[in-house]
Amino acid sequence: MSTGLVSVAYVVASICFILSLGGLSHQESARRGNLYGVAGIIIAVGATLASVDGGISAIVIAVLLGVGIGIPIANKVEMTQMPQLVALLHSFVGLAAVLVGFSGYIEPLIATSGTEHTIKLVEIYVGIFIGAITFTGSLVACGKLDGRIDSKALTLPGRHLMNLAAIIVCVFLGAWFLGTESMALGIGALILMTIIASVLGIHLIMAIGGADMPVVVSMLNSYSGWAAASIGFMLGNDLLIVVGALVGSSGAILSYIMCKAMNRSFISVILGGFGQTSSSSAASNGDQTVHESSVDDVCEELRNAQSVIIVPGYGMAVAQAQNGVSEMTKLLRDRGVNVRFGIHPVAGRLPGHMNVLLAEAHVPYDIVLEMDEINDDFPDTDVVLVIGANDTVNPAAAEDPGSPIAGMPVLEVWKAHQVVILKRGMATGYSGVENPLFFKDNARMLFGDAKDSIDKLVSGLRG
Amino acid sequence: MKIGIPKEIFKDERRVAATPPSVHKLIGLGYDVIVEGGAGEAANYSDAAYEKVGAAIAADTTMLWKESDFILKVRSPMENPALGKHEADLMKEGAFLVSYLWPAQNPELLEKLAARKITSFAIDSLPRISRAQKMDALSAMANIAGYRAVIEAANHFGRFFTGQVTAAGKVPPAKIMVIGAGVAGLAAIGAANSMGAIVRAFDTRLEVKEQVESMGAEFLVLDFENEDGSGSGGYAKQMSDEFIKAEMALFAEQAEEVDIIITTALIPGKPAPKLITADMVKSMKPGSVIVDLASERGGNCELTEPGKVAHHHGVTLIGYTDLPSRMAKVASDLYATNLVHLLTELTPEKDGQPVVNMEDEVIRGLTVVHEDDITWPPPKPESPVSPKPAPGTEEPSAEAKAAAKKKADRRSQIGKGVLFVVTALALYGVGAHAPESFLQHFTVFVLACFIGWQVIWNVTPSLHTPLMSVTNAISGIIVIGAILHLAQAENIAVGIMAFVAVLIASINVGGGFRVTHRMLKMFRK
Repeated sequence: MSTGLVSVAYVVASICFILSLGGLSHQESARRGNLYGVAGIIIAVGATLASVDGGISAIVIAVLLGVGIGIPIANKVEMTQMPQLVALLHSFVGLAAVLVGFSGYIEPLIATSGTEHTIKLVEIYVGIFIGAITFTGSLVACGKLDGRIDSKALTLPGRHLMNLAAIIVCVFLGAWFLGTESMALGIGALILMTIIASVLGIHLIMAIGGADMPVVVSMLNSYSGWAAASIGFMLGNDLLIVVGALVGSSGAILSYIMCKAMNRSFISVILGGFGQTSSSSAASNGDQTVHESSVDDVCEELRNAQSVIIVPGYGMAVAQAQNGVSEMTKLLRDRGVNVRFGIHPVAGRLPGHMNVLLAEAHVPYDIVLEMDEINDDFPDTDVVLVIGANDTVNPAAAEDPGSPIAGMPVLEVWKAHQVVILKRGMATGYSGVENPLFFKDNARMLFGDAKDSIDKLVSGLRG
Repeated sequence: MKIGIPKEIFKDERRVAATPPSVHKLIGLGYDVIVEGGAGEAANYSDAAYEKVGAAIAADTTMLWKESDFILKVRSPMENPALGKHEADLMKEGAFLVSYLWPAQNPELLEKLAARKITSFAIDSLPRISRAQKMDALSAMANIAGYRAVIEAANHFGRFFTGQVTAAGKVPPAKIMVIGAGVAGLAAIGAANSMGAIVRAFDTRLEVKEQVESMGAEFLVLDFENEDGSGSGGYAKQMSDEFIKAEMALFAEQAEEVDIIITTALIPGKPAPKLITADMVKSMKPGSVIVDLASERGGNCELTEPGKVAHHHGVTLIGYTDLPSRMAKVASDLYATNLVHLLTELTPEKDGQPVVNMEDEVIRGLTVVHEDDITWPPPKPESPVSPKPAPGTEEPSAEAKAAAKKKADRRSQIGKGVLFVVTALALYGVGAHAPESFLQHFTVFVLACFIGWQVIWNVTPSLHTPLMSVTNAISGIIVIGAILHLAQAENIAVGIMAFVAVLIASINVGGGFRVTHRMLKMFRK
């Protein structure tokens, strides 16, 4: 196939990818968007295959093998494990970027000289650096989300200095790498840098706690895009550059949205360690009491309510309670109760995590609302059910300027007539901040595993 | 400690201070409970039901009073005609008592209780703060009274509440005016509205307009320059003469039009204001009904006869003073729950030993006799205490905050400026030194970033997870680079690396699109 045709195919593929992302702006067009993405990648791979001369069989074997592994994994995965899977897939992109970067250094596809050569070396270096961070960082994030690694933030003393030192070493190594003529020394420098970047990736993500994972995963998403873009520069391939830039900016925007939702700067999330150093200012006053409630009482309240808002959090995902919640929603809606869901932007471990879980459990998406859409409706709501959420409904964020989470936008559940909180115990949320919501007069605690409690509520509402 | 539940002896009082569910909770607080035989009968609670949850049944009245350390009652202690003794004298010395006491009206009762060292809690003296709402028996009873007032009115009213068009002719809907939109007034509005009547309401407190409208009534506004009648504690205050004149004109005008008037106007510590004159009653249509919820305090209508149903000028005037008691079951349930909440506050250790913490604002307000001291009226609450700053954090002053904000603003401005300069320099550097081929790619890159930026902002937040997995799948496009290398690999190491890269990038592509598809399939209306 001529270069011209390949270029045209790449342009078509780029447009497909843009349409794919654009399609996700609404539920109705989202599936079509995904199909555009598939079309884009098939066109791109097909055009590339048609343009290369040798090694077709190896390529086809690798592609089919990869797809053959990927699709069954995707078919099997539980929706609650979605964050882990996405993180794991990010690490693949990172690793691929590292490998392609090395290949590009050892066997450049285009011969270059002079300034162009220097620029290409910079691109290789940057591509491998970002790729390596993405690779190990994503693996750590995956481990944390899967519970294989302790999700608490690991805070080594002087960790900022260590990160800074690693980056400075990489920069100097890079300068030296540009200067060296020998291929062997260059590879040595690249390997050394890859190791440093890998360690940096591990350390960076280890220092970030479990609840900041939405930011981390979207940040790694962004990194994998930039890695692809820099490989695109290296190869002089516009399709890779376009796609890398799309993915990179998409991840960056998601990170920004998540940070905004927590009222924290991107830097402070990335540097990690949140929640460990801050002392809780709202020391619990001794005379505050919590009101415990029973399944029967909650059933009664739900039966008598006209409007109910359910606020799910990560606890619902952990307890796998979404199917019970869906069942309960259906029962209540059949009774004519106006049931809606209020989703905080950072609920769960992935942006939009709760929406996916609820969708999996067949909750209609038009009753699942964002924080901004629903926050004004709480005063007119009879019962709010908080299922496994804590920091995202903490009134201290709005009321106590001394609180570590002050200023973070939260779901104002305490304005409803009655709030029922399903929780295992009185432990604080991820941020380590005491939650005054539990002591409010209109708040009732329903202690126990969220799934058990919901199942009991469902049978209570049936009976 | 033993809690005693006596049978109420006030005439026509059907309520009881504890129900079987509440007795169960009291026992959970560590108390023993003894109930006088037949105490709950009028509220449909049999002795057997009490026994079932663990209460003892006292054979006779004297025994109950003698054995109990803590009496829970509805009506205030009074002379027992059967025994010829005052209930206060029947009690153990040093015992505890919760009931309605109306301390302002009954100073001699307080003295009697103090003489017998009976620590007494007047449920009617509860401070009106949000923490105490769960013990607010006045509101609970007013709610019942408001509802029952509508039922009584319907009972004496010869028409439907709702308008109907039938084969036998058209029936107009009933028009109801509710005066005073407190708890009782709002409950009456709600009940009348749900029965289909056209409801209007008046209150001197302008702040309740929204509440009135939320219950489905029209709020009547006076043609009068703004005077708000909100007094302290959420109650109404007395209004100026001109205001009352305008108010009366409004009532006179409404009286001619409406079928039913329900009055609930009370001002704390004063006799009920006379709002409906005899002339207004006369102007009403024959068959109309007036329910006077203020009749215990003299009534809002001049012609009300407290405790009775009277007929004047063809209008039925209902002056019952025992509306809550007429719905004894629900009234007992709610009152009993109020008392359980009070006992829970009094028994922090759940060991059956009440602790009277006079530092607690709610307990202090309720306690009218503490051992042998009369502790009524309670000291005025200190003017709103500003919330004390949390320990360890000093509240920065307003200026400090403003300065800090200014500083932060300036810093962010400087940051923006630096960023701008750096970007400009970087762009200049790229433009001046980079070769042509790089600049082409650079252009594509920058434009793609902008397209991504524009497109992603439109993505609905609920689709962020699919967005992430689809961008993840798309970033598998790196497979192209790997394929190009694999195709031209001469070095075996490069070949292996490229092969692995193609493999894992393909896993990414296949897995990413497949999982996105699965997710999107689940979203449905």
